[in-house]
Amino acid sequence: MSTLSVDHLLGIKYLNKKDIDLIFETADHFKEVINRSIKKVPTLRDITIANIFFENSTRTKLSFELAEKRLSADVINFSASQSSVKKGETLIDTVNNILSMKVDMVVMRHPNPGAGIFLSKHVNASIVNAGDGAHEHPTQALLDSYSIRERLGDVGGKNVVIVGDILHSRVALSNIFALKLQKANVKVCGPKTLLPKYIESLGVEVETDLKKALEWCDVANMLRVQNERLDVSYFPTTREYTQQFGLNKKLLQALDKDIVVMHPGPINRGVEVTSDVADSGQSIILEQVENGVAIRMAVIYLLASKIK
Amino acid sequence: MIIFVVHVSRYAFMSQRILLSAKEIDIILHRLACQLQENHLDFKDTVLIGIQPRGIFLAERLDKILRESYKVKDVKLGSLDITFYRDDFRRGEKTLQANTTKIDFLVEDKKVVFIDDVLYTGRSIRAALTAIQSFGRPQEIELLTLIDRRFSRHLPIQPNYRGRQVDAINNERVTVLWKENDGEDAVYIVEKV
Repeated sequence: MSTLSVDHLLGIKYLNKKDIDLIFETADHFKEVINRSIKKVPTLRDITIANIFFENSTRTKLSFELAEKRLSADVINFSASQSSVKKGETLIDTVNNILSMKVDMVVMRHPNPGAGIFLSKHVNASIVNAGDGAHEHPTQALLDSYSIRERLGDVGGKNVVIVGDILHSRVALSNIFALKLQKANVKVCGPKTLLPKYIESLGVEVETDLKKALEWCDVANMLRVQNERLDVSYFPTTREYTQQFGLNKKLLQALDKDIVVMHPGPINRGVEVTSDVADSGQSIILEQVENGVAIRMAVIYLLASKIK
Repeated sequence: MIIFVVHVSRYAFMSQRILLSAKEIDIILHRLACQLQENHLDFKDTVLIGIQPRGIFLAERLDKILRESYKVKDVKLGSLDITFYRDDFRRGEKTLQANTTKIDFLVEDKKVVFIDDVLYTGRSIRAALTAIQSFGRPQEIELLTLIDRRFSRHLPIQPNYRGRQVDAINNERVTVLWKENDGEDAVYIVEKV
């Protein structure tokens, strides 16, 4: 069936394999579109999209906005820092006020897990989750898998290790759901303090030795150390983290194969990955960014086609 | 999936008649190739664009005839998908699914020939006219179509080259089958059920 099984993109958890295949297929076509000399199609000219960001974001917001504009949708932006949220307005009131200006779709980032799900039950618009606290960041996981598929041909059967702060990372959780759905093998690697206790229940293995994890994997997804979320000390020093879980050229060259290196950005150069790794041919970090626009165009296109 | 639909419509419902046989199609294709060559000679400044999804079979056939029977060396053939340019987005039940666009040459200042199997309302060609502009400004655009359904146009669009003109009524569908995709060369008129 050539349509999504959902009316909102709240998390990878709510998708099935066919949805992911459909999104990837559609993204292939949009990737061709954004590489033309005229990178725009008129498809969504009667759709208005509100980007509501209650949390800071640069690249996700840019990527969504560009995707919407490439589809010819009308776009309005709203950030919490300059809004009446500070004056005490509730989330539903804020969104309903925006929707009364005839908005069809809402792209929302919010610090609270489940904010998108809550909203989808109470307002009349298609919701795209652009990150909700430590819960999910579905478009990031989709573009990560899409980039793996582009580089390695397929995601199924590949060994993927996610390295870093798994505990606070919505990127990690969405990636685990997406990779498992596509039958990839997943390990997580990081300091014990940053690995959730029951993470194995999601069907992933835990590895605390980065070297062993790298020897096993085809793809290493290096997560950012999110200093802003680390309210207490989870590891002694950044320097010690880098020594144990940072990826450098020496580690890569010690392997008997070329693994693919990914990073959701923004990179702390010299912390999660060294510059020579980030800028090497094995890194697909910039491809991830390019694919982000195509994936978001696909998601918005497919959801918009269900708006009646 | 397409084969299945064709299969059902051809065998489960009785009301269908053959419009063109394989032999007739072959003769028409050769005539269309001749007409193209008459206007474009060596095809130096001409590009052929098959409209996805069903126009590409016709475009590939013409390309083959031009190369093999008429010894045209340099025919440039591409395919154009019009999904994102259609005017019925969100107006049907189904999500419109895209196909591959492959134009690996410049269309700027070229003579473009759109190739599609059936010209019906003209809306696809309207979309194609918009879509091709993303690739440059052609010198001129022509339209070649195997079947021209007369009297059913919604827009002022007419073909420059036509295989056969048909007066099919609105609850009939014209189905063009190609050996490489559907197992036989034939054109049927099928009554919609």
